[in-house]
Amino acid sequence: MIGPYYKPQMTSMLSITHRLTGLGLSFGAILLVTWLVCLASGVDCYNVIAPHVTAWYGKLVLVAFTWALLYHFCNGIRHLMWDLGKGLDMPTAEKTGWGVIVVSVIVTAAVWAIALATK
Amino acid sequence: MSYRSPLGRARGLGSAKQGTHHFWIQRVTAVALIPLTLWFVFSLARLPSADFEAVTWWVAAPSVAVALVLFIGCALYHSLLGVQVVIEDYVGSEGAKIVALVLSKFVHVVAGVAGIFAVLKIALA
Repeated sequence: MIGPYYKPQMTSMLSITHRLTGLGLSFGAILLVTWLVCLASGVDCYNVIAPHVTAWYGKLVLVAFTWALLYHFCNGIRHLMWDLGKGLDMPTAEKTGWGVIVVSVIVTAAVWAIALATK
Repeated sequence: MSYRSPLGRARGLGSAKQGTHHFWIQRVTAVALIPLTLWFVFSLARLPSADFEAVTWWVAAPSVAVALVLFIGCALYHSLLGVQVVIEDYVGSEGAKIVALVLSKFVHVVAGVAGIFAVLKIALA
């Protein structure tokens, strides 16, 4: 894809972002499992990692994971629509692409507004 | 010239009627993950506290434990299939590719088993 003949396009940028967020989420799944195993191991183990989760850098990672998950979620639905043969023409693909960017950012903000309001 | 039969040469190379299995399971797990992901994100956001008692109490509820097991299972299966494609696309040499594929499979299975076991241990305690 990257080469002398490649002109950056919004649709291909979203495509590689889908892969990158997917890879990021694979690491996120391993962190989630680590967190659950610590929780199951007892309060002492949980309290070793809990301060890192609630620290500013932990929150930053969690916000990044929230957005990556919601981006992959929205763009995944876009992919499933393509699999049904819908929205494959360029104007629609660009429109739904912008939709994915906007919706993933808005829902990430909404999720964190809920999270911060309930704690 | 080779003395192998045409069937012997063809076996292990062709589709064996499995050609669309990877593609299809990737989509089936994606569809299953639509409600599971929404539930997971908003449930975590609405947790009143992230301390040990609050989170343990949340995981131990039967409906939450079942949904978590389904989420972990579907997410890691979906991840396994996705990472497999990324490795196949970007790892050039055949040896490194096979090592990476097997390593990815091991990591995903271990993560899935560990995550599901942790949820069950908390829920059945």
